[in-house]
Amino acid sequence: MIKIIDLKKRFNTRRVLNGLNLEIEQGKITVIIGRSGEGKSVLIKHIIGLLRPDSGQIFLDDMEITSMKEKDFNEVRKRFGMLFQGGALFDSMTVAGNVGFPLKEHTDLSDDDILKIVTEKLRRVGLVNVEEMMPADLSGGMRKRVGLARAIVMDPEIVLFDEPTTGLDPIMSDSVADLVLDTQRVLKTTYILITHDIPFTYKIADKIAMLHEGRIIEQGTVEEMKANQNPIVRQFLEGRAEGPIKVY
Amino acid sequence: MIGMFKGYLEKLGESAGKFVTSTGLMATMLAQAAVYAFTPPVKLRNIFKQMEFVGVQSLFVVVLTGTFTGMVMALQSFNALKRFGAESLVGPTVALSMARELGPVLTGLMVTGRAGSAMATELGTMRVTEQIDALFTMAVNPVKYLVVPRIIAGVLMFPLLTVITDFVGVVGGYMVGVRLLGINPGVYIGRTIDFVQVSDIFIGLEKSIVFGLIMSLVACFNGFYTTGGAEGVGRSATSSVVMGSVLILVSDYLLSSFLS
Ligand SMILES: Nc1ncnc2c1ncn2[C@@H]1O[C@H](COP(=O)(O)OP(=O)(O)OP(=O)(O)O)[C@@H](O)[C@H]1O
Ligand SMILES: [Mg+2]
Repeated sequence: MIKIIDLKKRFNTRRVLNGLNLEIEQGKITVIIGRSGEGKSVLIKHIIGLLRPDSGQIFLDDMEITSMKEKDFNEVRKRFGMLFQGGALFDSMTVAGNVGFPLKEHTDLSDDDILKIVTEKLRRVGLVNVEEMMPADLSGGMRKRVGLARAIVMDPEIVLFDEPTTGLDPIMSDSVADLVLDTQRVLKTTYILITHDIPFTYKIADKIAMLHEGRIIEQGTVEEMKANQNPIVRQFLEGRAEGPIKVY
Repeated sequence: MIGMFKGYLEKLGESAGKFVTSTGLMATMLAQAAVYAFTPPVKLRNIFKQMEFVGVQSLFVVVLTGTFTGMVMALQSFNALKRFGAESLVGPTVALSMARELGPVLTGLMVTGRAGSAMATELGTMRVTEQIDALFTMAVNPVKYLVVPRIIAGVLMFPLLTVITDFVGVVGGYMVGVRLLGINPGVYIGRTIDFVQVSDIFIGLEKSIVFGLIMSLVACFNGFYTTGGAEGVGRSATSSVVMGSVLILVSDYLLSSFLS
């Protein structure tokens, strides 16, 4: 379980996280929603230790990770897999090099075995015969899927996906949802996802948490959130321009 | 008036602060790299790749620079030495300047322009596209993975390139001195061997090791701490060349005064 307590983070004068509290259950799929620029990416970067908070704590099981030394954190990170919003593929490596990179760095598997796993993971995200392509030659959606394959290649305990379906066609989005549900069922993976894709969220979420003005303002199951009467949540889930949230 | 002065002071303080922080960050990076360089597993493949990039791919530019420098040195020193009737000293003049000074410095400056800017651009792009962050999340230390091979390549390849520069410079000098200006070849070579000692060559090579370290560390530092998108990457490339070149020239003076 991951427990985030009173997390605060500012960049220069801009307060992004403002006393955020959230519990993420083990083996469950937690979806974080919220407007663009509210700090969703910043939040998951705190969970994996890319950013350190100004104050507040994050517990992973019983370990407090925000104050952990870089060296110890590195061990903790081996339990995570992360998809970056922009993919963050290594553009000096082929697709196979990218997806197989964590295996190559952290296991003693032979190159052949690595390639087998890579091909299998790429198939799971709907990609075949792309192993030798370079990231620059892929479409946006393909790049995202290579990033997904890389994030899950080690079968990590905890997976962080930053907008896994952005840029994917609806059919592909649905198959990503199936991928998430399958791995969660089989491997008991804990998922933390950020998305703006509401149908996708309704299909997979065990818990939806809405980030607004630096805090989690509402959270609950899909049914609870659908029934939630908070006008901010209603406006967001229904995707209306008029309401308490102003579009400047 | 006072406001202006205050603003000026603040700016000065800011740049001084920046200077102190970046010196500190660079020293930290060097210390980390030194530790990781000896922490297994050492990935030879990455090191070879960088050595190829710094060394092999610089050959052409280094040969060209070295040859023409040797040639112009022969021409100029001939003009000067002729006035004392000491044309026979053209050979040692060219060889000594190449070995002690021009070989390492020109190699340093040219390779900094070529490889240093490319390293800073590559790491800078990796930074702004979150590839360095991605390494972190995969529990791979980016200093070990990216910086260490580049520094090792710089430190190993600079002396090799310098030997090549020295050699082609001496050959270029010989061509101009003997073929063009008509100095007796026996005298040219004989005098060169009389005056130039192995220690002269070693002084140059010691310098080039330091220059190789400066080039790679400055390039990695600038690339690694890039901010501000594509424009920031360009800024990092420029400052890696400017900072690297200036530091090479400054340290050249300091090393020259220590080593002789
Ligand atoms: N490294 C940084 N330095 C300065 N400001 C930052 C940094 N990272 C994020 N921010 C700021 O924090 C805020 C939240 O950014 P974040 O990327 O988390 O948004 P987001 O909720 O993920 O939005 P989106 O849905 O568009 O991806 C933004 O205003 C951004 O400008
Ligand atoms: Mg984001």
